[in-house]
Amino acid sequence: MSDAGAQFGLERPGGEAGGRAVLRLSGRLDALGAAAIWRPVLRAVPPEGALTIDLHEVPYCDMAGASLLVAIEAARPAGPRPTITGASPRIAALVEAARTASLRTPHRPAAAPRPWASLRAGWQAALNGVAFFGELTLAWIRLPGRRRMLRMGDLLRYADQAGVRALPLVLLLGYLMGLILAFQSAIPMRRFGADLFVANLVAISLLRELGPLLSAVILAGRTGSAFAAEIGTMKVNEEVDALTTMGLDTMTMQVLPRLLAAMLVMPALALALDIAGLLGMATVMNAFGFPLVTIAHQVQSAAKLSDLFGGLFKGMCFGGAVAVIGCRAGLATGVGPRAVGEAATAAVVGGIVATVLLDGLFALLFYRLGL
Amino acid sequence: MSQPAIRVHGATQRFGARTIFRDVDFEVATGEVFVILGGSGCGKSTLMRQLIGLLPPSAGDIEVLGVRITGPGRDGALEGLRRRIGVMFQSGALLGSMTLLENVMLPLEMFTPLPPEAREAVARVKLGLVGLGDAAELMPAEISGGMAKRAGIARALALDPPLLFLDEPSAGLDPITSAGLDRLILSLRDDLGATFVVVTHELASILAIADRCIMLDRGAYPDAGGLIATGVPRQLREESTDPRVRAFFRREALPEAAA
Repeated sequence: MSDAGAQFGLERPGGEAGGRAVLRLSGRLDALGAAAIWRPVLRAVPPEGALTIDLHEVPYCDMAGASLLVAIEAARPAGPRPTITGASPRIAALVEAARTASLRTPHRPAAAPRPWASLRAGWQAALNGVAFFGELTLAWIRLPGRRRMLRMGDLLRYADQAGVRALPLVLLLGYLMGLILAFQSAIPMRRFGADLFVANLVAISLLRELGPLLSAVILAGRTGSAFAAEIGTMKVNEEVDALTTMGLDTMTMQVLPRLLAAMLVMPALALALDIAGLLGMATVMNAFGFPLVTIAHQVQSAAKLSDLFGGLFKGMCFGGAVAVIGCRAGLATGVGPRAVGEAATAAVVGGIVATVLLDGLFALLFYRLGL
Repeated sequence: MSQPAIRVHGATQRFGARTIFRDVDFEVATGEVFVILGGSGCGKSTLMRQLIGLLPPSAGDIEVLGVRITGPGRDGALEGLRRRIGVMFQSGALLGSMTLLENVMLPLEMFTPLPPEAREAVARVKLGLVGLGDAAELMPAEISGGMAKRAGIARALALDPPLLFLDEPSAGLDPITSAGLDRLILSLRDDLGATFVVVTHELASILAIADRCIMLDRGAYPDAGGLIATGVPRQLREESTDPRVRAFFRREALPEAAA
C-alpha cells in the first residue's frame, strides 16, 4: 500500500465487451491524490455497464476523494450506479454525504441577458434622478417645519471640510494657473508689442471662467467624492434606513446641509482662486519689467465688477451641482464592497461633467443678457 | 488518544492597562468538538484570534496541530499551519467580488493541483453540505446573513482541514438551520475525524455538539478575566458549584454579588 499519491487500474474480468468492470483505486484520496487521477479516471470509466469501485487499498479519503467518486457516478448518466466495495464505514458515510450534497446542487445556467436591459436601466436611472430632484425640492419646501433636523453643527463641519481645508490647495493651484497663463500668453503677445494686455487677458479669463471652474473641479475631487463615500457608507451600514425609521428625513439631515455648505463656500473659494491667480500673473508681469501699479490699473480697467460677481454666482451654482450629484451618488450606493468606491467615482465624474455643462449654459445666458 | 490538536498554556491578553484574560490553560483533543463559552466581553473571540494566529498573545504558549505559534519563528510556523486549519468568521467574511462557488474554489485553486472541473465539483459538494447547493452562483451581497455564515463554513471546509474554528456559527440563524449546522459539525467530526473549536453561547447548540468546553469570565480574577470552568457541558450543568457557571447553564440571573 503506497502512501504517496493515488493510483488506479481498470479491469474487465468478463472481457472487453460487456461484463462487469472493476475500478481499483489505491493510495490516499485527498485533494492531492484526487488531483493526480481526476481526469484520467473520468476518461477511463466506461460510460455504461456495471461498474465496481474497489477501495480496499484506500487508507484515507476526504471530501475531495468523495467528490471524485461522486463525479464518477455523474459521468455515467446512462449506466447503473457503481457499487463501492472495500470502503470503511467512515469512508462510506463520507461518500453518502457527498452524494446527498451534490444531489442538492443543480447546475443552473446563467440567466440569458434580457434585450433592452441596459436601455431600461438607463431610463430608470434618469427617472430616479428626477425623483431625487423632486424630493430635494420637497425638502426645501418643508424646511420651515423641520428646521430642527437641519443641524447647524453639521453644516459648519461640512463648510470647514469643503471650504477651509481646501483653501491651501485652491491658493496654490490659482497662483500656479495665473503664473502659467501669464507666461504662456506673454511670449506670443510680446511679438505684437501687446504684452501689457496680458493683464487684461488673465484677469478676464480668471474672473469669468477659470476661477469658478477650477474651484468646482477641486470641490468635485475633494468634497463631492467625500460626500458620496460618507453617505454611501451610511447606506451600506443601514444608517440611512435607521434615520428613516426614526422618522428623520435623509434629505433634510444629510443632503441639505452638504448642499448649503458647498454653495456657501464656493464663492469664497472662487474668489481666493481669482486673487491667487492675479498674484501669479503679477509675478510674471513684474519679472517682465512692468511696475505693479501699472498691472493693477490694467486689471481695474479691463475687468468690470459684473465679471467678478457673475463668476462668483457661477461658482455658487457649480458648488450646488457638485454637492447634489455627490449626495445623489451616495444615496444610490448599491451593496457590496465595491459600491462605495463606484459611488465616489460617479460623484467626481458627474460633478465635473455637470460643472462644464452648466458653464456652457451660463455662457449662453450671459451673452443673451449682454453681461 | 494521540497528540492533542491544540495545547494552550498560560495564555494572556492585555490591551494597554486592561487585562482581558490571563493564565488560560487547556488542551483540545484530536477529533473532538471543543466549545469556548462565556458572556459577551469575556474575551472568547480574542482567545480564538490567538488560536488562529491573528493576534500574538501578550504572554503564554500556544501549540496548534503540533506547531508552536508563539515566540520566535511564529510567522514561519503560521504560514504552513494556515493551510491545515479552516476558519469561519462571524459574518462569513466572504469576498464580495466573487460568487459563493468562486469563494469556496479560491483555496482549492491556490493550494491544490486539482484541475478546474474538479475544483468546481469539490466546491459544489461543500456548498451542498451546508445546504447552499442552489445558491452557488449568487454573489455574497445577494444572500442573507445566515447563508453567508454557511457559505463561510463551506469555504473553511474547502481544503478538508483537520482542524476547524467556527466563530458563533449559530448566532442569528433560525433553529432549523442551526440544528442542521450542529448535525453537519457532528457528521464531519465522525466522517472526517476533524477537530472543531467553536465559540458560541447558544445553549442548545452547546449541549448538542460539545464534547468538552471551557468557560471564560470577566471576573475570574479580581483584576482580570480568565478561565472559570473546564469540562463536559452536561456535567457542568448538573454538578458545577460555581454560581456563574450554574447561571449560564440554567439561564438564571446571577446573584448581585457575583455579577
